[in-house]
Formats: sequence, structure tokens, C-alpha cells
Amino acid sequence: MNILANIISLTIVFAVPLMLVALGGMYSEHSGVINLALEGIMVIGALCACFTLQGFDRSGFGPAHPQLAMLCAILVAGLSGMVFSLLLAFAAINLKADQTIGGTALNTFAPAFAVVVTWAVQGQGLTTIQIPNWIRITQATFGMEAGNGFLDSLIFKYFYLTTPIAVLLFFVAWILMYRTRFGLRLRACGEHPQAADSVGINVYKMRYAGVLISGFLGGIGGLAYTIAVGSGFNSSVGGYGFLALAVMIFGNWKPVQIMGASIFFALFKVIAAYNSSIPFLPKLEGLKDKSSLYQMLPYVVTMIVLIFTSKHSQAPKAEGIPYDKGTR
Amino acid sequence: MAQDYVIEMLHITKEFPGIKANDDITLQLKRGEIHALLGENGAGKSTLMSVLFGLYQAEQGTIKKDGKEVQIKDPNDANRLGIGMVHQHFKLVECFSVLDNIILGVEDTKNGFLQYASARKKVMDLSERYGLKVDPDAIVSDISVGMQQRVEILKMLYRDNEVLIFDEPTAVLTPQEIDELMEIMRGFRKEGKSILFITHKLAEIMAVADRCSVLRKGKYIGTVDIANTTKEELSRMMVGRDVQLEVQKKESKPGETILAVRDLTVPSRTHNNNAVKNVSFDVRAGEIVCIAGIEGNGQTELIYGITGLEKITGGTVTLNGKDITHASIRERSKAGMSHIPEDRHKHGLVLDYPLEANMVLQRYWDPKFQNKGIIKYGEVRKYANRLIEQFDVRSGQGPITIARSMSGGNQQKAIIAREIDKDPQLLVAVQPTRGLDVGAIEYIHSQLVAQRDAGKAVLLVSLELDEVMKLPDRILVMYEGEIVGEFNPKETTVEELGLYMAGAKKQS
Repeated sequence: MNILANIISLTIVFAVPLMLVALGGMYSEHSGVINLALEGIMVIGALCACFTLQGFDRSGFGPAHPQLAMLCAILVAGLSGMVFSLLLAFAAINLKADQTIGGTALNTFAPAFAVVVTWAVQGQGLTTIQIPNWIRITQATFGMEAGNGFLDSLIFKYFYLTTPIAVLLFFVAWILMYRTRFGLRLRACGEHPQAADSVGINVYKMRYAGVLISGFLGGIGGLAYTIAVGSGFNSSVGGYGFLALAVMIFGNWKPVQIMGASIFFALFKVIAAYNSSIPFLPKLEGLKDKSSLYQMLPYVVTMIVLIFTSKHSQAPKAEGIPYDKGTR
Repeated sequence: MAQDYVIEMLHITKEFPGIKANDDITLQLKRGEIHALLGENGAGKSTLMSVLFGLYQAEQGTIKKDGKEVQIKDPNDANRLGIGMVHQHFKLVECFSVLDNIILGVEDTKNGFLQYASARKKVMDLSERYGLKVDPDAIVSDISVGMQQRVEILKMLYRDNEVLIFDEPTAVLTPQEIDELMEIMRGFRKEGKSILFITHKLAEIMAVADRCSVLRKGKYIGTVDIANTTKEELSRMMVGRDVQLEVQKKESKPGETILAVRDLTVPSRTHNNNAVKNVSFDVRAGEIVCIAGIEGNGQTELIYGITGLEKITGGTVTLNGKDITHASIRERSKAGMSHIPEDRHKHGLVLDYPLEANMVLQRYWDPKFQNKGIIKYGEVRKYANRLIEQFDVRSGQGPITIARSMSGGNQQKAIIAREIDKDPQLLVAVQPTRGLDVGAIEYIHSQLVAQRDAGKAVLLVSLELDEVMKLPDRILVMYEGEIVGEFNPKETTVEELGLYMAGAKKQS
């Protein structure tokens, strides 16, 4: 039973970064900008947030007020991702640059930048920023007894502030996209910017909004990923930014489906990471390195799923095309 | 008392790099009139209207609304002044509902949430009052072009606009829808709204407009009262010379069969039934055969099947005695088939290529134009220049003009030049005059007749009854994927054709 609880809670903790980042991609693409830089944005968000947490740990503020410190770190992650995404927005919207190349450039830049900064701060060779362990929400946070039952494992084993915030941001996305003026206008800009322009909507402003929101969510996603992995930040987010793009496509650019897709992918990720401790998986004896085989799983599933779903995808029609007022 | 003008555009000049699109143009719109703006493609009509709607800024000139000078910097300004526009290419978000499209940009919100109830009521009221039938919850990509246009009109009414600009609204409509639109426009006039109606179809101007201003090559030619003018005078003002509105042709002398279509069946891309069902017909050398019918009755798919754009599921196509049922498009082209496609942007031209490259699209592999895989650009340039001269294709920079920047009429001329110069046995022309002005139509009709007289077989598809009656030697009417009648244009009437096109009658 406890293993089931473990799998569920692990799945959730891995689904959180996927969903946040995929929702970020969704905002950007609905505004008409392909945000390939999500991977890089995650790295920058995680980098800044981890240093923030380390600082709180050293100053004593963190251990004293763990969840307040965590909230600050989440905001730092979001804001730093937002600032980094400004680079993409400027290139894609003002300079009308190719968005794929712009995003790839940022992805190449971010990990290198992170390594340099990490070394500069921690000293040569110390590539990992450790995350303090007080950030976890435990029974003690609510003044309860620590237990070891099913519910204890299910809820508290991997409970971080990022999870409730992700749930909140999911509902915000759901309402914002389909119930508000902002969502309607944002989607119009990604589908038919000339139409939006002709009814007086500022396409450039909406696209900036889309990219910046995606930067905010991507940055938080970077922190959430680092927490989920649990072994500290070493200037990489393991391709999660790209996996999130696949989740977004699988989720048809819609919030509810994106949430479903991220849970689906996270489950495979958990199976991949913890295959040896999950009893009902085939042991594949005789194979030398079966864990590698399992670790391939989320990526193989991504490819297979995309082959079957991309045909019916409802991608925003104008995404990736720089908007120029002059062309009709 | 001074005239009651609702809009005055005085001495408007607008330049684009290399071209003066509007040169000192003055246009005065009276309150409650339908004012037609007539001109050839590229005469500057759309530019002038874009200036009025705030999409472009004029370099010189002033705009007055109700006698007061105003600045229109963007569509929001135009909207505040009560000016609305139905664009030639609809500005609708295809995956949105009709209602979402109408409210976009002027949404009502309460506590940040969109309020649909009041918007829906206002749309339904307007829809009823003006006879603009729409389904507010339908998704735009699912509805007909006619209904999409009604959505565009409702967008203007929803914003309480009183000056309505229609940019070539009839180009995309069927004859029935055009009649409906005319009725709707008369309704607006009765309500005191003022209408600017851009078109180059003389019959529509004569039918609905009160006055007409004519532009030619960016210059203002004059304004006439429709009551005191004729089609001939309007076309002379527009083109600057006398235009032959009737097709001049001699009796046809059909020769042997060039194209033989037998039991052709083509599947539909949009529904599960076949779009073309067991269709058989011949086209002989020296005749023009026209497939007539209301849009969407299988004409497009029939041509796709004949030209190889779509795989057919039954029947045979024979060209000059050679079975080309399963031939590739290049093989068909080599066998003597030329195709002037329905959608010149999708199938006719590579829009971002220069004109010269478009001219050799089907022949670049010919040893004349390449040597061991390297294109001989000198030869291509020479060839393109010859076609440009011979067919009078006008463009900004000659052979190196990017196709996208050319006017519709000249794009079509370029395609016709390329297709005719191949010296085909069979010329397939699908709506070759769609959206073109009388000068260009006259030219294209004369080219098709010349091909016929040179002993070529011509297969024409047309939705314009005018063209169907004037150009061909034989008419085949298509209804729901079948040929329901064959007519001699000299012995039939528009009314009779209409009955067959609507499916009310069928020849057995």
C-alpha cells in the first residue's frame, strides 16, 4: 500500500513542473509566439530560486519561517524566468526574429550561464547547489504528529508549497483563457493577429503578455523540477522544458488537457526513476542495464504519443509568425 | 445650404515605396447613400479605404466627419467615429464562435468575467432587424462564406457604426447571396446608414448604388449619379478606353476528342460521400466547355481529379488517347494539359518567389533552363521577359518582382501566360476571372477564345452566370457531384440553368 502512496505522491510532485511549464508554453503560443526557450527559462528560474533558498538557509530566516521563505523563492523563480523571457519577447516581437532560433539560443545560453554563476559563487568544482530540507511541508507544519500510514505517505512524503500554488495557477489559467477578456484577446492574437488588430487590439502588447507569463510559469517550473528531483540543482533541468512542450501539444493547448497530460507523463517518469523499487514491473532479468531501458520510457512515450496526436492538433494558427502591421 | 456629407476625404495622397497608390483623391459621402467606389485592381480603392479606416496614414490631405476635421490613426479611432469595414479577406478568428468574433475588442465584462447574455441579445436583435441570419454559437470555420460575411456585417452593427465600408463584398458570394446582400444594403440605407461599396462589377453598381466615384491608377477620375449613367460610360471611366463587355467569337468548329472523362468518381475531403459521382463527358479540340453550378457541387473535386491534385477512386481520364488516370501531375503537364487553378495563391504561384521563377515552375527541369541540375538563370530571365512582354504582365520590378506583391489581375495574367505558352492540347481554366476587373476579364476571355480558335480544347469552370452564358460553346451543369444537364448557350436562358443548378430539374 505504501508503495502505491509513494507512486501517487511522486507522480504529483513530478507532474507539477510539467504542468506549470506546459501552461506557460500555452500562454505564449496562444499569443502567437513559440516559446522554445522554456528549458532555458526553467534553468534560470531554478538557479535564482536555489541561491535564494541557500541565502535564507544561511541567514537563519529559512529555518525560522520555512514556507514564507519558500514563497519568496517561488516569486524569485517566476520573476527571474520572466526577465529572461524578455529576451525572447524582444527578439521575437520587436526584432521579428525567427522564434525557433531565438529560443534555441536562449536554451544554449542558460545552462552555460548557470554553470559559470554556480562556480563563481560556490567555488570551482562545486557544481551542485544544495536545497535545504526545511522547505518540505510536513505534519509539523500543521502541528500534527508524524506518522507512517497510507495517508502520511500519500500527502506528506513529497509535499512542497509549489504543489498548491500549481493547483491555484491551473485554475487561474483555466478561467483566464476562457472566461475573461484577456484570454479572448490573447487567443485571437495567436490565431489571427490581423483580425485582432482590425478591432483595435494591440497585438504586440498581447504577445509580450503571453511570453512574460510563460516566463513566470517556466521559472517556477524550474524550481519545482529541482525540488522534485531532490538532489540539488546542477545547471540542468533534464530536458523537462522540451517534455513540457510535448505535454502542451498532447494537451492540445488547453489547460484541463494539459493537466491530464502532465500527470500521464509524470507517471512514466516515476516508473522510469524508481523502476527497481516498484514490485509489479517486469524485472527484465538477463538484461545488463535495465534501468536505462526504463529511463528511456518517458521520452519514448512522448514520441509515440506525438505521432498519434499531432495530426489532430489544434495549434494556434499564427504561432511562430512574427506580426507585421504592414502585411495584410 | 451646404451638402450634408457624413464623410469627406479631401486631396488624399498616400505613397508606398515606388508607387503613388493615392494621388490627390477626393471622395465625399452623403448621409444615407450607397456610394460605389469603382476602379481596376491596383487603382487604389483599398488603399483609400484603409486610410479612412486608420490602417494607413495618408501623407497629405484631410478627412472630415460631419464637416469637422478628424485624425484617424488606428481602427479604434475609426470605430469611435462610427466607421466600420468589412474587409475583402475576412478578419475572423476561425476557431472562435460567431459571438466571440463579434464581441472581440468591445467585450463587456463584470468583475473581469466576460458577459455573454447581453451581447447575445443585442446580436440576435440586430440579426432579426436587418435579416442577417447567423447562429451565434457556430464556430466560424464551420459556416459558409456567406454567413461569415454576415458575421462581419454584424461586427460593424454591434459597434453602432453608421458609415459602413464594404471592400469587394460580392467577390466570394454566390448569385443568390449577392441578391441577399443587395437587399441588406438597401435596408441599411433606409435606416439612414451611409455605405461605401468597393467593387469592380458594373451590374452591382447599377443595381444598388446612388452615386459612383471612379479611380484609375491612383487618380480620381470623377463622380457620377447612377441614374444618369450607363455601364459603358462607367467602364470607360474605369479603364480609360472603350471596353468590349461582350465576348467576340466566331462559330466553333469542334475537332476530335481531346479529353475523355468516363465514370469519374472522386472522394470528398469534407464529408464521407463522393464529391464527384460517375461523371462522364468529352471536350473536343476547338471548343470551350463550361462546367456550371453553384459552388460546392463537386466542380472543384472534378478538376482535382482531372488535373491530378486528388487521387480518384473510380473511372478513367484520357487525354489525346493516352490514359492519364493515374499519371503524376508532371506527366499530365507533359502530355499537354495546362491548368489555371481556382486558387491562384495555393496552386498557381509560389507567392514568395520572384515572377521569373514562377514562370518556369513546370519547366525548370527542361534542358533549356538547366544544365546538370544547375538552373540557367540567364535563360529563365530571358524567357520570363518574353512572357511579360507578350502577355502584358505588369509588376513593380519586372521578372524579379515577388509574386505576392503583384495585383490579383497581374498574378492571374502571369499564370495564364505560363500555361498558354506551354502550347497545351487541353487548357483547364477554373474561375479564371474570379475577383478581376472588366479590363482583365476582357483580356482573359479573349485569350481563352484565341486558344479555342487555335484548335485547343478548353475546359472552363465558372460560377458567374454572366460568364457561363457568354464564353462557352457547351454548358454542363453540375449538381451534387453529377452532371444534370447539357446545354447550348444560344438556346438556353439563365432561368433555365438556374433550375438545374438548384437541383429542381434534371435531364435524364
